[in-house]
Amino acid sequence: MELVQQLINGLSLGSIYALIALGYTMVYGIIKLINFAHGDIYMIGAFTGFYFATTADMSFIPTLILAMIVSVIFGVVIEKIAYKPLRNSPRITLLITAIGVSLLLENGMRYLVGPDPKSFPSLIDESSHTFFGLQISNIQLLTLGVSIFLMIALEFIVFKTKTGKAMRAASHDTEAASLMGINVDNTISFTFALGSALAGAAGVLVALAWTTIDPYMGIMPGLKAFVAAVLGGIGSIPGALIGGILIGITETFSKSFEMTSRLSDAITFSILIIILLVKPAGLLGKVTREKV
Amino acid sequence: MLKVDNLSIQFGGLKAVDDFSLTISEKQIVGLIGPNGAGKTTVFNMLTGVYKPTSGRINYKSKDIHGFKPYIITQKKIARTFQNIRLFSNLTVLDNLKISYGFNTKYNLLDSVLRTPRFQREELRIRNASMELLKAFNLDGKAEEFARNLSYGDQRRLEIARALATEPDLLLLDEPAAGMNPQETHELMNLIGWIRDNFNVSVLLIEHDMKLVMGICEKIAVLDYGKKIAEGTPEQIKNNKRVIEAYLGETDEGGMVVNA
Amino acid sequence: MKIYNKLILNSIWIVALFFGLNYSLETGIIDSYYGGIIMIVCINIILAVSLNLIAGFTGQLCLGHAGFMAVGAYSSAIITGNLELPFFLAIIVAGLAAALISFIIGLPTLKLKGDYFAITTLGVGEVIRGILINIDYVGGPRGFRVLPETTFAWSFFLMILTIVVVRNILTSSHGRNMIAIRENEIAAEAMGVNAPKFKVLSFAIAAFFAGVGGALYAHYNSFIDPATFNFLKSIEIITFVVLGGMGSITGTIIATVILTFLPEIFRDFQDLRMVVYSVALIAIMLFRPKGLMGDKEISFAFLKKFTSGKKQSKGGQINAKS
Repeated sequence: MELVQQLINGLSLGSIYALIALGYTMVYGIIKLINFAHGDIYMIGAFTGFYFATTADMSFIPTLILAMIVSVIFGVVIEKIAYKPLRNSPRITLLITAIGVSLLLENGMRYLVGPDPKSFPSLIDESSHTFFGLQISNIQLLTLGVSIFLMIALEFIVFKTKTGKAMRAASHDTEAASLMGINVDNTISFTFALGSALAGAAGVLVALAWTTIDPYMGIMPGLKAFVAAVLGGIGSIPGALIGGILIGITETFSKSFEMTSRLSDAITFSILIIILLVKPAGLLGKVTREKV
Repeated sequence: MLKVDNLSIQFGGLKAVDDFSLTISEKQIVGLIGPNGAGKTTVFNMLTGVYKPTSGRINYKSKDIHGFKPYIITQKKIARTFQNIRLFSNLTVLDNLKISYGFNTKYNLLDSVLRTPRFQREELRIRNASMELLKAFNLDGKAEEFARNLSYGDQRRLEIARALATEPDLLLLDEPAAGMNPQETHELMNLIGWIRDNFNVSVLLIEHDMKLVMGICEKIAVLDYGKKIAEGTPEQIKNNKRVIEAYLGETDEGGMVVNA
Repeated sequence: MKIYNKLILNSIWIVALFFGLNYSLETGIIDSYYGGIIMIVCINIILAVSLNLIAGFTGQLCLGHAGFMAVGAYSSAIITGNLELPFFLAIIVAGLAAALISFIIGLPTLKLKGDYFAITTLGVGEVIRGILINIDYVGGPRGFRVLPETTFAWSFFLMILTIVVVRNILTSSHGRNMIAIRENEIAAEAMGVNAPKFKVLSFAIAAFFAGVGGALYAHYNSFIDPATFNFLKSIEIITFVVLGGMGSITGTIIATVILTFLPEIFRDFQDLRMVVYSVALIAIMLFRPKGLMGDKEISFAFLKKFTSGKKQSKGGQINAKS
């Protein structure tokens, strides 16, 4: 029973990682950038939710939607200002810029709100339900529900709409896509928008579950979600889902044992290293070779 | 000297090169021609260890070099140039050449850190050898210029010089005349002959310029859709029916005028 | 024998600089607060120059330099504190321990192409920190007391040693091979360069000096904890390298001096400091992506050219000066 309980907790945490990982993987797929600032978009989502919920007294659904919208604005603006001018620069330049943006978001937020954690209002009264001896809180259920809903929506956008088709085409071969009349600039912006929306939603969901937020809250989940994306095979959407769930379950399990509880982050990153060594392209990724 | 037997490679379901065989003897200049996408560069990549052949054997100086890493193949004295020039563009012309002497350098890390006499002797030797080679290629005046600032023709020639600096016995040239004007191409033709005579190397070259191929090669192999469809002297190839067929209808840059 | 003349000339001004600074510190012309910052500058230069070797010259972005610094800091602290052995031994062990770990990690991961090395080193840095938190022998998350052994002389001369070693490697065949890998790995291998070997070598040397820097830091600060060596520390060192110019040792040195002193000048604006810092980082990438110096070096020859008003159009950054 304990095992199943941890599995459920892990699933709920993993769905958060998966939401963030999707943004990493889509952006990497299209412009080959590890968007270090993505974890901070999740933090932005949480803080936006915080301000709408406290100052405007909004309920859960409008808070969630507004947080997603503000996150989208951040994501798209960052792409336009910081990444777009560097699209033809060496990858390392872009990567360091992303690190710069990440630091800016963290420290800018810290400058605005101060370093102390803020307690997130309980938009939903937490209650626990027991099914067959398993404890499941309504927030966990909500997290899972919202995540699944968003992932289905994403699946629909990417695989069933014209914009989604453009995304997949640009991800496969940017140059060829632009020759085929796809507006690559808009497609990239749209990719950032989608990823940021998911991260913003994840921010609100986590804030609800953990009840405190601070400017640096995006760093570790961001890194872990990124690990999840690499684990699943960066550039692959189902890979990000599987990776996120695996990382979430690993973390809850390692935290549940006395011996490994303080090692859980180290374990997560060790998994990354091992996966890269055994299967360099991740679980579902494809090995690409450079044309000589 | 080089004996390739039944070389094949498969990418996914596609057989990029199928059952390719070729022999090159010492100081021979051999041409490898064929329409675009016929698999010529893939043959080079297998010979130099960039790709691992799915099947077949590569025998060089009576040793099997199949599956070796690129740098080991170079150290075993096969050098190459690239179709899309791959110079160390932010380095000087001289440094581009010096790198090729790297694996033959006879000093260790401690020698470099302590600048021992052995280090200085070797560095002087490398420098002199590089300059001599540059002089032979008429590039010595540009030794301190960045490779990226050279003219296209000079870049092509620097690539050949850089490959020669590894002291090979077999030189693979991948479209050395690409982007050159007729005058430069003519000079290149003389240069390749001169290289063979002066450096005692065999040359295998991929080229679309038929004037160059016909004018210099002693033997020509023709690839089409990954298969060797003909092999022989320039005269034989010119009159080979299958070769003419393979090239008919080709109008892009890969096309050739057989009678040129 | 030109090289020996230059050697003597360089030794003279380095020793003069040392005695000048040392005299100012001892007599109080530079107060102990700024004296401390000067030592931090030396340590940061060790960290940044070594990182530049792997990231700037070999082209393999390492995001876990703080991890190797941590290995050096903790191993040296155990040697001097718990084993009560001399400091110089601690420094050597610190370097070797960090190099050993980088060797074990580099061997498999440097075969991977692209960003994967960056990701793995990021992971390694976090794993090292995670493990340190769990070792009670070195204080776990509470931190670890270290003997204050680092003097100005230690930091200064180890900094000089780092610069000289890295520079001498770079102007040798080994260094040329590393730079060739950065420029074009496929071409480098086609010229006989054993790319995996030279990447691992570069990584191990970089980690060695990161370990040395960690040892100096630990014995300067006399307290270390795992949080000191987090991801942000690695990023800080990367910023020095990037601002100075990936591929320029003198650029790295200048940038490290500026960026270490700058926050002290803005001490009154503590909160805004990091904001300015990150905006600056983005601005550099957008407007001067090659950093202050690009891959150029300042040398006497360069200065001569510069002052005579000629624009440096010809290269020679690897071999022009010795």
